[in-house]
Amino acid sequence: MSVKVQAEDFDVGREIAAITRGNLAIGAVASFVGTVRGANDGAGVTAMTLEYYPGMTETSLDDIVAQARRRWDIIDALVVHRYGRLQPGEQIVLVVVAGEHRGEAFAACEFIMDFLKTEAPFWKKEETPHGSRWVDAREADDQAAGRWKNP
Amino acid sequence: MAIRILYFAGLRERLGQAAEELILPVAIDTVGKLRAHLAARGANWDALDAGKNVRAAVNQRMAGAETAVGEGDEVAFFPPVTGG
Repeated sequence: MSVKVQAEDFDVGREIAAITRGNLAIGAVASFVGTVRGANDGAGVTAMTLEYYPGMTETSLDDIVAQARRRWDIIDALVVHRYGRLQPGEQIVLVVVAGEHRGEAFAACEFIMDFLKTEAPFWKKEETPHGSRWVDAREADDQAAGRWKNP
Repeated sequence: MAIRILYFAGLRERLGQAAEELILPVAIDTVGKLRAHLAARGANWDALDAGKNVRAAVNQRMAGAETAVGEGDEVAFFPPVTGG
């Protein structure tokens, strides 16, 4: 289980290979990659800057992965989240969950993303042709995280 | 009682600072009281008014208005998170 907060890009294939290599108990790997959209809320996005809270962000991600591990019988999990200035099309976040079967891998992957969106201290600032703006938290993200409270 | 306060994202920009060291009166012993204490500075500090959508952490753990604040603590204030 590991969590990385980094400025550098990541290689999805390499990260998955590092988890699965030599572990023959794994029969399912689910992954999610979030990328920077070229438009948001009706305006073009020319770049995005991600800010985080060094220390708390890593602890928060560790805690979310630990919650997923208590809830599902998974074998390994990885979260990589970037910070700094990113261009449209660039990768922002990677979640990988490995398990024996797909059910728990899919569910834990989605759970980790839903809680990352609502609990992990990251903030996005978008650059648009009309100036810069901080992205507002979305009600839909709170609802997505809330549904896990009633399994 | 000495504490360190951190501000992030839009709140950091609005307040014009990322961090400060503060000596608190003994009576200011919770996150809610600290917010009110800071909001009383006026001008842009109204961003910390009780009704505003601001999240808090004490020693890097999410905190509520009733969470205790004490000597040496690191308190952070920030907007709702938008990562992922």
